[in-house]
Amino acid sequence: MPNTSRLRSGRPVVETADLTRRAALLTVAASAAAAALPAAARARTHTIVMEKMRFGPSPTGLRVGDTIVWVNRDLFRHTATARNRSFDVDLVPGASGRTILRTPGTVDYICRFHPGMTGRLIVAS
Amino acid sequence: MLRTLIAAGALAFAPIAAAAHDTGPNDAQIAHIAYTAGQLDVAAAQQALKKSTNPEVRAFAELMARDHAAVNDHAVALVTRLGVSPEANPTSTALTEAAAATHDRLETLEGAAFDAAYVANEVAFHRTVNTALAGTLIPHADNAELKALLETGLSLFQSHQAHAEHLASSVR
Repeated sequence: MPNTSRLRSGRPVVETADLTRRAALLTVAASAAAAALPAAARARTHTIVMEKMRFGPSPTGLRVGDTIVWVNRDLFRHTATARNRSFDVDLVPGASGRTILRTPGTVDYICRFHPGMTGRLIVAS
Repeated sequence: MLRTLIAAGALAFAPIAAAAHDTGPNDAQIAHIAYTAGQLDVAAAQQALKKSTNPEVRAFAELMARDHAAVNDHAVALVTRLGVSPEANPTSTALTEAAAATHDRLETLEGAAFDAAYVANEVAFHRTVNTALAGTLIPHADNAELKALLETGLSLFQSHQAHAEHLASSVR
């Protein structure tokens, strides 16, 4: 049986192999477009500032494709390091760096040099 | 080790406690105490980097040298801008003398014995300085920028203290 799982209409699945294949191709094309264009338009940039031995508040409403800009406004070198190792940004005072959020989920992060500095990103798909 | 800890605490606190009974240390004295504490910890880190081969101890010492130098650079810039001349006082003298004694004692140690003694002293030193910052230096600081820098310093040194305590359990 052809894979019809991408067909989202409530109508009965068309059993004809040829029609199903065409429908599936159209759906794939539509999905690709949905992933590329609207996601690019939706992607946002959020800033998290390191200052006075703290990370600033974590932005809400994060989505896959968004970018975090880390800005070190502190007197000390800091890192933003994911506990799951998905990112590790090392910043001297005054520097900034970027992390693009690739996967949905919750990511706790710390400064490797000052592990009392902590934060959490909650990323929706 | 215990004797060192008590000595460091007693030396550092006696003059501060005495000063606190009247008006407490002034900003010029506070700046001198904080700067001296930072310099002493940078010097201790340099000794550790010269003597230790333990990667964790060396990473800690590099962090101490970098962070304390950063605070002190800002402290110098601040007092220069404010036109304050840091003023030597019994507390900073006591800290310096205690650190000299510790340096000489650590210089005779090697390997794991050195690592354990260095880290134990870092725990004691940061504990002493943090207690002084929270209990005396920050409350008595008049200038708002000096107070803010001391508060940032306290957050930093508390992080260092926790790091040293964690490290102490692995080099004991």
